[in-house]
Amino acid sequence: MSGDGKQNSKVEAARRKRPLPSIMWASAVLAVAASIGVPGFASRANVADIGLQIAMLVMIAMPMTLVILSEGLDLSVGALLSLCGVVFAMTLGTGLGMAAALLTAAAVGIAIGLVNGALIARLGLPPFVVTLGTLGISQGIALALTDGNAVVVGTPAVAQLYAWSVFGVPFPVLCALAAYAATHLLLYHTKFGTYVFAIGGNREALVLAGVNARAFHVAIYALSGLFAGLAALLLVGRMNAAEPTSAIGMEFDAIAAVVLGGTSFERGEGGLFGSLMGVVTIGVLRNALNLLGVESSLQVVSVGMLVLLVVVVDSVRKSRVIGAQA
Amino acid sequence: MSIQNHSRSLWSQMGQFDVRRRVREEPAGLISRAILIGAIALALTVATDGFATSANLLNVLRQASMMFLLASGLTLVILSGGFDLSIAANMTLSACLAAGVMKSGGSPVLAVAAALACATSIGLLNGLAVTFLRLPPFLATYGMLWVVQGLAYHYMGGSEIFGFPEGFRALGTGFWWRVPLPVYMMLFVLIGGTVVTACLNFGREIYAIGANAEAARLSGIPVRRRRIAVYTISGLMAGIAAIVFLARVNAADSAMGEPVLLPAIAAILIGGASLFGGTGSLLGTVFGCVILAVVIDGMNLLNLNANWQPLVVGAVLLIAVLADALGRRHTEKTR
Repeated sequence: MSGDGKQNSKVEAARRKRPLPSIMWASAVLAVAASIGVPGFASRANVADIGLQIAMLVMIAMPMTLVILSEGLDLSVGALLSLCGVVFAMTLGTGLGMAAALLTAAAVGIAIGLVNGALIARLGLPPFVVTLGTLGISQGIALALTDGNAVVVGTPAVAQLYAWSVFGVPFPVLCALAAYAATHLLLYHTKFGTYVFAIGGNREALVLAGVNARAFHVAIYALSGLFAGLAALLLVGRMNAAEPTSAIGMEFDAIAAVVLGGTSFERGEGGLFGSLMGVVTIGVLRNALNLLGVESSLQVVSVGMLVLLVVVVDSVRKSRVIGAQA
Repeated sequence: MSIQNHSRSLWSQMGQFDVRRRVREEPAGLISRAILIGAIALALTVATDGFATSANLLNVLRQASMMFLLASGLTLVILSGGFDLSIAANMTLSACLAAGVMKSGGSPVLAVAAALACATSIGLLNGLAVTFLRLPPFLATYGMLWVVQGLAYHYMGGSEIFGFPEGFRALGTGFWWRVPLPVYMMLFVLIGGTVVTACLNFGREIYAIGANAEAARLSGIPVRRRRIAVYTISGLMAGIAAIVFLARVNAADSAMGEPVLLPAIAAILIGGASLFGGTGSLLGTVFGCVILAVVIDGMNLLNLNANWQPLVVGAVLLIAVLADALGRRHTEKTR
């Protein structure tokens, strides 16, 4: 490995040289404009609020970045998160402790993730279709387990944990930071991370180099399922109950954040920090519009517009870079 | 050298789009789907009393045809190698708009015109975004989904509009010679669409774009215009589906389209279309819709909780793509 040092630094330099994704500018402009124009935005309490609002999305968007880097897609995470929330709450209801309940939820998440990974990596089925199928399956199981009703948690322990904070940093934000740090280590400092980029960039070459690409490919989806299982803690803690459809649609927010962050659906290009900024941008925009009293329906429109705008700007910039090279 | 290689690879890729081969392989997939429908229907006839009655079968056909109206436009988009996630949101907004027109005293004709105009222009916008802005179809239509869905939320403000004139409701609930009207619409779209996709240049060009857009462009097909056309048609079909759904359920709210997106996509993929473009047909999508409608009807007859429905739709979708993949592997081995 030591002989590759020079090569690695070259690759690293090339990676650094890429223009910053437009999301950096978008989020900075948004944050400055909101602090000036929106009363109450820049207060300490409101910033903590934003943190609480986006914590769960960070936990979902991090593994989604890895999935999209590997030229995949995971549409099942929103429904899977709801299912894990239901499983978490029901396990708590049987009298088991929080740790055991979280383990059960994580196991369910990993199981569905493994199904996704196996069908995609072993049989070569398109990720879009496979995860759409498991979306339906997860949603159906969650609805059938609960008969469509919310599962109320009996003990106050989960809500207490959710409200707990360290030096003013709320517990959910700590979870989000931990998820970011863990995924960062995994993606940039392990062999697994290198292979994630390689699976998206050129899977064939990886297989020819003698790497068991299939196992790593499956692991990416299992990781996505695991994070959905862990995020169930926040989902249930927030409401102190688990609704079978509460997190449906979150996969789209996560995909939007990753795409806003400049990760491309092709060629294994992109990075984790961009996704984090993507989530922050969505959170800041929603929060600022909320403070301005804009109704939630128009907030939905504005997030959609933002996604389209940033994607257009990125594609224009990219074609300009290519034009300059040619 | 490199030019030669390039052109040779283009030709070999064009070889994948061999009309005769497609026509030869298509029936095998369709026959297997017909057998599947027959098997499910036989099982339901034995297991339940209510399945094999003409009233129930016609109802199944009506459900299938409503699903098909929404899925037919998306089938064309998928054939051309694109995707349209916005159809369900588009249907919602168009239906709400039509409902609003009728509520404020407009005639049903005006309502239908408003819905179709709204739906078609959203489709056109998708097409322009995909071609001129070069956005990936998934992203462009995903952004559009939220824009359109948000507009529908805004327009309805959480309320519901219900109760429409009898003449309008006949579009969804009416019969002609004891067969529901939506079934005739399905047949009309199926026959017209099949003629266009299988016999006219327009349809062949869509298959060619889906199989290899670069090769299609180099052989002189106006790729951009064809792409804009398929997204516009997809929007128009969402508008037609909106009118039929609205007439059938007799009520409009801003969440009415949400539950139909997964079944519509599932029906197309069960029908044998590939998300990579170039393979599939409208007839396949009809088979997919009928399979899903029969399965859902069977669940109702067996008194299975409606909560299981997404699970069953998801499972049927996975089984269908799995069977296709294994079948393809088998034919490649034996060839």
